[in-house]
Amino acid sequence: MDSQVIATQPTSAHGEHGHSPHLRHHFATVAQQREAASFGMWLFLLTEIMFFGGMFTAYLIYRNWYYPAFVAGSHWMIMWAGTLNTTVLICSSFTMAMGVYSAEMRNRKALLRYLFITLCFGIVFLGIKAYEWHDEWEHHHVPGLNFSINDFTHVDQRYPQDKPLAPDMAEKTQAYFSLYFMLTGVHALHMLVGVSILVVLLFHAWRGAYTTGHMTTIENFGLYWHFVDIVWIFLFPLLYLISRHQ
Amino acid sequence: MTPYRPFSADHRSIGINYLLLALCAVTIGTLLSLFMRIHIIAPFLRLPFFGVVPPEGYLALVTMHGTLMVFFVLTSAPVNGFASLVLPSQIGARSMALPRLNAVSFWLTTLSLAVLLAAFFVPGGAPISGWTNYPPLSGIAAAGPGQATGMDLWLISIGIFCIASVLHAVCLLTTIWTRRCAGMFWARLPLTVWSWLTTAVLMFFAFSVLLAAVVLLLSDRHFGTGFFIPKGEVINGMMYDRLHPHADGSPMLWLHLFWFFGHPEVYIAILPAMGLATSLLANFLRRPPVSYRFMVATTLAIGAFGLMVWGHHMFVSGMNPYAGTVFGLMTMAIAVPSSGKALGWFAMLFQGRETRIRPLPSPMLFILGFLSFFVSGGLTGPILAQPVLDAYLHNTYFVVGHFHLIMAMAGVFALFAAVYYWFPLMTGRLMNDRLGKWHFWLSLLGAYGTFFPMYDAGLAGLPRHYAQLTGSTSTVASMLRLQTGITHSALLLASAQLLFLVNLFWSARRGAIAPENPWQATTLEWTASDLKECQVSHSPYEYRFDGNALSPVMQCSFQQKQE
Repeated sequence: MDSQVIATQPTSAHGEHGHSPHLRHHFATVAQQREAASFGMWLFLLTEIMFFGGMFTAYLIYRNWYYPAFVAGSHWMIMWAGTLNTTVLICSSFTMAMGVYSAEMRNRKALLRYLFITLCFGIVFLGIKAYEWHDEWEHHHVPGLNFSINDFTHVDQRYPQDKPLAPDMAEKTQAYFSLYFMLTGVHALHMLVGVSILVVLLFHAWRGAYTTGHMTTIENFGLYWHFVDIVWIFLFPLLYLISRHQ
Repeated sequence: MTPYRPFSADHRSIGINYLLLALCAVTIGTLLSLFMRIHIIAPFLRLPFFGVVPPEGYLALVTMHGTLMVFFVLTSAPVNGFASLVLPSQIGARSMALPRLNAVSFWLTTLSLAVLLAAFFVPGGAPISGWTNYPPLSGIAAAGPGQATGMDLWLISIGIFCIASVLHAVCLLTTIWTRRCAGMFWARLPLTVWSWLTTAVLMFFAFSVLLAAVVLLLSDRHFGTGFFIPKGEVINGMMYDRLHPHADGSPMLWLHLFWFFGHPEVYIAILPAMGLATSLLANFLRRPPVSYRFMVATTLAIGAFGLMVWGHHMFVSGMNPYAGTVFGLMTMAIAVPSSGKALGWFAMLFQGRETRIRPLPSPMLFILGFLSFFVSGGLTGPILAQPVLDAYLHNTYFVVGHFHLIMAMAGVFALFAAVYYWFPLMTGRLMNDRLGKWHFWLSLLGAYGTFFPMYDAGLAGLPRHYAQLTGSTSTVASMLRLQTGITHSALLLASAQLLFLVNLFWSARRGAIAPENPWQATTLEWTASDLKECQVSHSPYEYRFDGNALSPVMQCSFQQKQE
């Protein structure tokens, strides 16, 4: 992402000699440069899909092996927080798309507004996620650091029809929570990177860098942001929803 | 020719950087392998740097040798190095599409190498679980010396390497996709470019998954998750679970994720060599490949199959036998496009027996060496692909011989061919041909002497990773004479490389100045003209009769007008 930002920055040395100030020397045309940048971005996102794919494979295998543990584990997810976070992310994707649109319309004010709202949504998401992690810590659901099988060997008040798990299966809820923390952790790391880049973009947008007709950076960042959003759209049902009712 | 500026984003300089990095790695890796070879036959000999190596020290040598060679030589040099050096000019571009990404990926690779080598100097030393680092050995710090900090450094190094490789693959694919010059249609791409394209796709899928595996293993080691470590692990007679309660993880998950990377990695190392072989054969035989389309199709087929056969590394791991059958069949299916390629090369050699240039220059000799290893190493592939045979041969020297011939020797001989061939593009000079020929014949002799007898040792049932042969069962001890011969051949093979080093450094300063197109090649990297207004009008590898000699038809048309 970083080099994308650099690679498309206008340099002051240009401008004297008859081509667009954004065009870097090794490209023949602006269109070719734009195509190269966005093609590179799509490829990068594909590698990200493969990266998350490795973890989803782990999820698939352990879910098949330790199904009851996964059901019991997902009963401890905070539904309202997950749902709210999904909504926040979808809204942020909308404002990001509006930001790209504003850059295309060369509307600096609107671009700044939408990027700022997107940034706020991103921070709200991370805040809610942090609250959930804190809650799991309180309940001793963090494998390795603070874990107890107590919650899973007894009948849960909220799910009286659930049978308590045998101790060995209850141990396996750790596999569920390991996956939960890895997947949401890596996702949150991507959000954190996204939020940091957004701050930089806001600064450049404030100086009017993306509203002069050259908006590849904003477009590519939009792709990244939507990608992180889509990963969550998969995480939410896998971790919160699908085992909830049998 | 632009000057060599190591810190710039110029694609040629980065290519040379990668090759120098690979040279460092291959030097260290070779020294480690010599230490291993000497240790096997003389376990109590005092070695330089290491002193008397204990058995676990031998395993550390195995691990570091494998890691250096597979990642930093066979991945860094053929794909990252030579593609950075010549790919842009071969497709008529002035540079990579994303030059800074290319530079970032090189410096990340350097960082990764530094982190890996640092493992030698931490308490406990380098990791001992082999370059595949199977858990639980790699998952638990107490499992052995080097499995604490050394293992962490290995994981961090490989994580960085994954990121660098993925970025480089993105850079290559984007360049090939968007930067081909006018008239460079897909059907006119040199075959080297096709093989780099396929390789980049493989890198792209394989290294992202390895990164996920590495992150999960690091989390198992430090954050108490339980992805890979099974229940009931006993270390030094102690039940591990009492100290560290773990969930029921499974090492099988690591095997799947690792080999999903690991098998494509073999093709990442060897596919560029295949493209190079076809190109150089066409060049030196002065005639196009028997069928361009066939060569492209087999390259793509090998790449596609290569992504679907990782399970053949796991036949004896407790995987479902039905899955083993499927993986075995898929693996044998790869033999079809591979033999197709080999037969295509032989057909080229047969057809070109009249037109070939005489005497054969050293790059051509090395390509013939590549063909030889490709056959002698490749034929044992279908044997190992059968679960029943593999049950016996798994983890024996047979496997070691197989992958050293097909991946290491074939790959390295193609690398030598590429260095001799493209040396003028790096330095403007030619390498010494006479030294090159000595280097070739001695290396060929040394390589066969080292790796071919390993088939015998494997068939006799000698397991790999044994630090010493004496003092154990008589079957193993009886292998000592064979292993002594192998060690002597290995010393010959390594000393032959000194000729290469001498040639390399001497030619870089004093070699004969190369003419504009020294090999009479037809691809664009040999045009001296600016590629700015390049218009490609010919397929690669065309030659026409000119009087009574064959003269090359450069792919790009203005070159023709100048003639």
